[in-house]
Amino acid sequence: MDSTVSILANVVGATSDWVRSVLEFQFARAVIFEVNIGGHLFVEGLLLVVILFLLSQKSYKPPKRPLTKKEIDELCEEWAPEPLIPSITDEMKREPPVLESAAGPHTIVNGKDVVNFTSANYLGLLGSQELLETCTTALEKYGVGSCGPRGFYGTIDVHLDCEARIAKFLGTPDSILYSYGLSTMFSAIPAFCKKGDVVIADEGVHWGIQNGLQLSRSTIIYFKHNNMESLRNTLEKVTQENKQARKLRRYIVVEAVYQNSGKIAPLDEIIKLKEKYRFRVLLDESNSIGVLGSSGRGLTEHYKVPSDKIDIITAAMGHALATEGGFCTGNARVIDHQRLSSSGYVFSASLPPYLASATIKAIDIVEEKPELLVKLRQNIAMLTKGLSDIKGLEMVSDPLSPIIFLALKQSTGSSKGDLQVLEDIADHVLKEDGVFIVTSKRSTLDKCKLPVGIRLFISAAHSESDLVKASESLKRATASLLPAHG
Amino acid sequence: MITIPYLTALTTYFSYGLLFAFGQFREFFRKIFDWWRGNNLQGYAPICLGLEDFYIRRLYLRIQDCFGRPICSPPDAWFDVVERLSNDNNKTLKRTTKVSRCLNLGSYNYLGFAASDEYCTPRVIESLKRYSASTCSARVDGGTTSIHMELEECVANFVGKPAAIVTGMGYVTNSAILPVLIGKGGLIISDSLNHNSIVNGARGSGATIRVFQHNSKFLQLWALSFQPYHVSMMSSSDLLLKLCFALNFVAPSHLEKVLREHIAEGQPRTHRPWKKIIVIVEGIYSMEGELCQLPEIVAICKKYKVYVYLDEAHSIGAVGKTGRGVCELLGVDTADVDIMMGTFTKSFGSCGGYIAGSKELIEYLKYSCPAHLYATSISPPAAQQIISAIKVILGEDGTSRGAQKLARIRENSNFFRSELQKMGFEVLGDNDSPVMPIMIYNPAKIPAFSRECLKQNVAVVIVGFPATPLLLARARICISAAHSREDLNIALEVISKVGDLTGIKYFPAEPQKQQVEENSFKLE
Repeated sequence: MDSTVSILANVVGATSDWVRSVLEFQFARAVIFEVNIGGHLFVEGLLLVVILFLLSQKSYKPPKRPLTKKEIDELCEEWAPEPLIPSITDEMKREPPVLESAAGPHTIVNGKDVVNFTSANYLGLLGSQELLETCTTALEKYGVGSCGPRGFYGTIDVHLDCEARIAKFLGTPDSILYSYGLSTMFSAIPAFCKKGDVVIADEGVHWGIQNGLQLSRSTIIYFKHNNMESLRNTLEKVTQENKQARKLRRYIVVEAVYQNSGKIAPLDEIIKLKEKYRFRVLLDESNSIGVLGSSGRGLTEHYKVPSDKIDIITAAMGHALATEGGFCTGNARVIDHQRLSSSGYVFSASLPPYLASATIKAIDIVEEKPELLVKLRQNIAMLTKGLSDIKGLEMVSDPLSPIIFLALKQSTGSSKGDLQVLEDIADHVLKEDGVFIVTSKRSTLDKCKLPVGIRLFISAAHSESDLVKASESLKRATASLLPAHG
Repeated sequence: MITIPYLTALTTYFSYGLLFAFGQFREFFRKIFDWWRGNNLQGYAPICLGLEDFYIRRLYLRIQDCFGRPICSPPDAWFDVVERLSNDNNKTLKRTTKVSRCLNLGSYNYLGFAASDEYCTPRVIESLKRYSASTCSARVDGGTTSIHMELEECVANFVGKPAAIVTGMGYVTNSAILPVLIGKGGLIISDSLNHNSIVNGARGSGATIRVFQHNSKFLQLWALSFQPYHVSMMSSSDLLLKLCFALNFVAPSHLEKVLREHIAEGQPRTHRPWKKIIVIVEGIYSMEGELCQLPEIVAICKKYKVYVYLDEAHSIGAVGKTGRGVCELLGVDTADVDIMMGTFTKSFGSCGGYIAGSKELIEYLKYSCPAHLYATSISPPAAQQIISAIKVILGEDGTSRGAQKLARIRENSNFFRSELQKMGFEVLGDNDSPVMPIMIYNPAKIPAFSRECLKQNVAVVIVGFPATPLLLARARICISAAHSREDLNIALEVISKVGDLTGIKYFPAEPQKQQVEENSFKLE
């Protein structure tokens, strides 16, 4: 026992001696650059190796255990989706009045003749004999639908004629037809604005534009509604902040006459700002074509701005032209680009040919009968005057706008509450006096925060007595329904 | 499944390579000239970006004459195509006064309601006189006339749902209604070949979008990576994401796999459960002519409590015993499909689209859908055309014309498809579907096929990149009930001749079909 211990001790002693001697033999007197190197170097080297070894090892991770089939089954079983739609409330059930005749200046609701202020039939072309005849001829010749997108035999000769006619009317090089007014803006915008581009838009733009902006994925900055000071500041800020901005495509998006307020965009100032900061302008002229300007050519004519200053002009034709669809007009480059990259144009069946024929005719009428425009202006002036001293309501719209927009002077606090009050007024006016007016309803998707109001669309076809009736009736209704506002 | 012969795949790649190289070469010189002339942008960024321009200038302009050919008659079985001339290598095309009477194999005139019709047209003109061409107002304002109410009731009855809402454009129906139904925290599972309007609607909704492989028959990778306008509108990260999905989800009955995975995982990053999931499929895929496997899809969706959105743009009116679309054809109860969408531009020869669903769904849509609140309501004569067409289809006009039309389109389609296949063309799509693409592949053959057919008075539609994957250019035939057997025989003769000329009969005529398939490589 003892011997084994002593042998072991000897062996250990001998080994340590040997190690020491080896080490010291090697390094004891090693002097490199006047530094004595001892045996510690070996230990440090060893440590380094250990560290490197540890570093080379993967860090510890708990083993991944994918969900088993049973677990997924349970999760799927557990998952309870929301209902497709929220539960229906009474306000959702409200049905609009049903017209029993054409939506002209007078129409029939519930068997009663009413004066219609809901139709954007500004020049009174709706129901015009000439348009009806043109439509009838076209329907007999071409049928109703075009049965295909423009690229695939959906281009009828009247489409090309109509595009040429619009361009000629507005004095632009070319134009492109869309089959629906709403789709015009939300297709045209993503064709030009892409990710990274900067778009500065008015906060009051209608949903078609909002949707187009969202689909474009550009950087969108809203400025205060029709406020040029705010636009200037925004432009200044964007140009200052972003040194790259000069290289990006930059747009200002405005409406000529805002559907959401009846205000008219001050184009002269916008042009000044646009040229100063080098932005392109996209202008929606839906409510101004056939209304503004000395011969009805829209906002550009109204401000005597040459139309080539505006890069892209769009408009829906379901307003003054009394047809349907939309168009975009601008230089050849802008138009040709849309023919391949505008989704609403490429992927949709083209405009029914009879509506294209009707548009050509409608433009002819606008050019041939300037008296319609004069009558419309008189009507606008008359109703604006008639409603200027209405109690409880405030006229938000521009005195030249064909849309008279009346908002509550004293808001109830919520737009839902406001809408209810206004809705009651509209109902009252329709029931008592046969004056058909509507409120500006908002979709749940609409991001516009402007106050809601009552909208009256004025037409050249309204007679003086219609206008008097409307203003009298509205005044009576507000007097009885808005007593608190005195 | 599409089988491309090795050689064809190679030559196709080679051709595109050549086109690209020459395009770049010319672009280089154009840039030099532009620079030399001095730019006139005056501090504005160019309105069109380089790559978009490249495609238009160097590829599309060369074959521009095959697209957008103007016609000057209704798109009936035969129509008048206006000839166009170009003096500057196809850059601009001028209309001439010459027209040629051509057989129409391009329009979506499935039931032949495009031209004036003895029953429909007088009624349409009558309602034009009564209601005018437009209402100039949105549906919630003063744009609802009694004809609109009649139309919605009529459509709901026809489709087999309690209620319906109608808009004035098919594209808008999809793109304006999807965002109402689903938003952030929701998941849209969309078929990889869905129409652009669905893609846009889904994108506008803010929901997460995932793609599943339709019918699992397709060239996954190609279809996704070269998917049409996706490319131009999609950032590279999206593309990468899509590619990942393509690689991961190549399996049968993808839908179930994708659904299970996503329900188990929940929303990305937060892992909260999804608010709701909508699966969107089309009845007939317009570029493939394929029917969707609706019964299987509906069964899966029911199992996982997921909503089904069925787009019947091409199938409503065109298939099914009484024209009620794929549900009728494939024996699916309409009650199992939550949202049924369709358009009137095709079978009914009108314009507009509809959504049919439960009464509550439609009430909610009428309260919140932007297309209902802001857009001009559908033109009354167009509405009347739809009502009359439906009446004809259902035989409510007192004749059996509707039934005959439905029988004829089925016979015509099946006859034409089988004849084409016998000749050795590679034809996609399922039986009964009136849409049949003929594969062309090589880019040079695309315009050649179209021009040669037109020379012999047959008008066909050709589709190439970017509307299809790069390799899979095709001609698309749409059969109509208005075609007579003689018309179809003329068409077959011409297509056969042109097929020989351009060499697109990738299979030998009927009997020896087996051999070729072995020599071709299959992309699954």
